[in-house]
Amino acid sequence: MLRRCGVVLAGLAALLSIFFIGVPDARAEYGDVVINNYSDASGMRPVVFPHLFHRIRFRCKVCHADIGFKFQAGGNEINMVKIIDGQFCGACHNGEIAWSVENCNLCHSAKPGTKTQVHESTIQKLAQPAAAAKKK
Amino acid sequence: MRKDGLHDPKSPAIKQLQEPREALSRLPPDTTGNMVRWVQALETGVIQPRPSLKPGVEAEILDRDILLDLKGSMPIILFPHKRHTQWLACANCHDGVFEKQTGATKMSMFQILAGEQCGICHGAVSFPLTECFRCHSVVRPGQVKPAIPPGLPRSHNLPGPP
Repeated sequence: MLRRCGVVLAGLAALLSIFFIGVPDARAEYGDVVINNYSDASGMRPVVFPHLFHRIRFRCKVCHADIGFKFQAGGNEINMVKIIDGQFCGACHNGEIAWSVENCNLCHSAKPGTKTQVHESTIQKLAQPAAAAKKK
Repeated sequence: MRKDGLHDPKSPAIKQLQEPREALSRLPPDTTGNMVRWVQALETGVIQPRPSLKPGVEAEILDRDILLDLKGSMPIILFPHKRHTQWLACANCHDGVFEKQTGATKMSMFQILAGEQCGICHGAVSFPLTECFRCHSVVRPGQVKPAIPPGLPRSHNLPGPP
């Protein structure tokens, strides 16, 4: 009887742990780039660039070698004139390879005031251990 | 996406954009970073990212392993060119970030943690810098694999890869 109770309890604990601990999940936030060079000042939401949706479709070199994006968040001085001219995002987001620039909100979707950053990067985590501790 | 801390929950895009889970959960799972083993995903053909915008251009693969940090105290670093050229072009690293000649570029974890050298990608997009032994993978003769120092932040408190 005692043993059976133990088994039932262990089963319950296993079930509960699924709810509380959560199953690790594929996450896109790691590696997302926020670009806010000019957005806030222009009254637009900052841009969230989902790195890993792009990685499913293109190898790194397509953007970082062929199109010429520097490996630096906010370091490319992208603006809408350049994009409409076919540079940077505009090399694909032109209505031919990918959807075009009329869809402002799909990129300009971050919380206003979010700083330019590579989200959840190791540097971000190591440089702000105090903030990370507070969250817990 | 509403709760990721980045997207504005009031943005009209929230309803239109694809949830990360939907796209990434079909890919081989990892225990850290964004929880996807990208090299495996590419090699098994689960994803077929285009190597160029121009049709007919193939990725230029270099299959050459390099051993680095031969004198240090951590296990030796094995740098696989193959996995890197599957994604990147030679010009992304050579000659700018790294000299072509092995040992010609002085490397340090200090610079890497500051987001230079390997840290340009690792710790930002590819697997994070807290995964010490994915690079420091070749144990020296007579050496025992050191333990990961406590207190390093990890995305999830799961045991690392074996």
